[in-house]
Amino acid sequence: MPSPDEASGGAPIVALEGVAKSYDRVTHALARVDLDVRGGEFLTLVGPSGCGKSTLLRLIAGLARPSAGAIRWWGEPRPDAAGERIAFVFQSPTLMPWASVATNVRLPLDLAHVARAEADPRVDGALQTVGLADTGMRLPRELSGGMQMRASIARALVTKPALLLMDEPFGALDEFTRQRLDDELLDLWNAQALTVVFVTHSLQEAVFLSTRVVVMAAHPGRIVETCRIDEPYPRNEAFRVSPAFAGHAARLSASVAKAGASALPDARAGGRR
Amino acid sequence: MRRDSDDTRAWRVFRILSPLVVAAIVLAAWQAWVTIARIPQYLVPSPLVVAQTLYADRALLAHSLGITLGVALAALALATLVGVAAALLFAQSRWIEASLFPYAILLQVTPIVSIAPLIIIWVRNTWLALVICATVVAIFPVISNTTLGLRSVDPGLLDLFRLARATRWQTLWRLRVPSALPYFFAGLRIASGLALIGAVVAEFVAGTGGQGAGLAYQILLAGIQLDIPRLFAALVLIALAGVALFVAMAALSRLALSRWHESELIGEEDLP
Repeated sequence: MPSPDEASGGAPIVALEGVAKSYDRVTHALARVDLDVRGGEFLTLVGPSGCGKSTLLRLIAGLARPSAGAIRWWGEPRPDAAGERIAFVFQSPTLMPWASVATNVRLPLDLAHVARAEADPRVDGALQTVGLADTGMRLPRELSGGMQMRASIARALVTKPALLLMDEPFGALDEFTRQRLDDELLDLWNAQALTVVFVTHSLQEAVFLSTRVVVMAAHPGRIVETCRIDEPYPRNEAFRVSPAFAGHAARLSASVAKAGASALPDARAGGRR
Repeated sequence: MRRDSDDTRAWRVFRILSPLVVAAIVLAAWQAWVTIARIPQYLVPSPLVVAQTLYADRALLAHSLGITLGVALAALALATLVGVAAALLFAQSRWIEASLFPYAILLQVTPIVSIAPLIIIWVRNTWLALVICATVVAIFPVISNTTLGLRSVDPGLLDLFRLARATRWQTLWRLRVPSALPYFFAGLRIASGLALIGAVVAEFVAGTGGQGAGLAYQILLAGIQLDIPRLFAALVLIALAGVALFVAMAALSRLALSRWHESELIGEEDLP
């Protein structure tokens, strides 16, 4: 099993230095964040609503620009300059309802003008990876919520990304489906040597998945603590009910509670949109 | 999910039959009232007399229907073409939309009867003048609905396109246009009725007789001659043409959207 941090050692793949984001003069979505994303790690951002975790993820994706501070991707000041792929999985599946599952998954390749002969096998491979091998011809609305999310993940994987960003991807799913997808996501992360930055509001999910958990607080959005989850992979059902799991969850819970209590009294909330 | 169970089929039959039953009741009541109250034909003709007139004057009326419908269809086509082009232009930038959209509204709120004489004077070809008048009436819902549709894009998908460094053209063609289709078809349905209204109003103003006489001219003439049954017959034809246009547009919309869009799915929840 990988021991990501130590293994990659070198420069972080994404480095945030003093990054702040405000949407207007009074709303501070994010105030001065320093964070390194290291190759191969599974980094999870947790915190209450309005703590800026989604904003932070969008900044890492290059979908938003920081109001202050600097971000470097593989040492470059622009996310596309390094030529590495960043993929994003949203809170909802965000599939095009008029297009088949295969067309949806193929979208990033089509936009990059990858020839069909090359794209189609990759689409089939990505669908296979997420367990949707025979659904390519179906429309998104013919799939269950969990299957739509799988299709969304397949679309993210089809470009063979180095960095996978996921914004509460399983938040809308039932507990059983979510746990199964969590299990499969860890398998994927391991098999494809991905680096994942994951946003969730579930501490249990954070503990189960992550090598490192970043606890954030609101008003203004900021990082209050970074906790390593030094537990071996593969993690399974036994880990979910182990005392170590409960210990980590309790520690995170205390950290979130403390962060909530220390909120600056008069700062305005700053969730995105 | 499209189901073809007995329930759905029964509902489809009901949806066609129930308005016909209403029509039968109304017509029967009308016939009874005219007969019993001995209303003279030159005030209110009975449905039977209207039907007889429709049959007797079928050549004349069919010719006029063809003229009016031709103007309406040409106007609908022109309104679709120009309206979609305008919407695509508006979708390019908020600045363009802000500068030009008020004039689209101006076009919409100006009564056609007040500008029709001008258009008829300016445009030498009468048929073309009629088409332009009807286009002016029909174009607004196409512009406003399509513009709205081009802007109503799932923000997540828009982020996805940005992340993939999609070009403006790719985003327009692969994302905005498909997203706009349901809105466009809703606009087209409204525009189809307006095109017919526009054609009839323009004919009234132009007063074109002879070979180019549309249904509006037949109504004008019948009114002057107190040939009320023919007036009613022409009215019936205009109404039927309007319904036919609407049904055709609805069918077109279903053809284009039924595979994926909620508005065209027939599901259990629609059943009474």
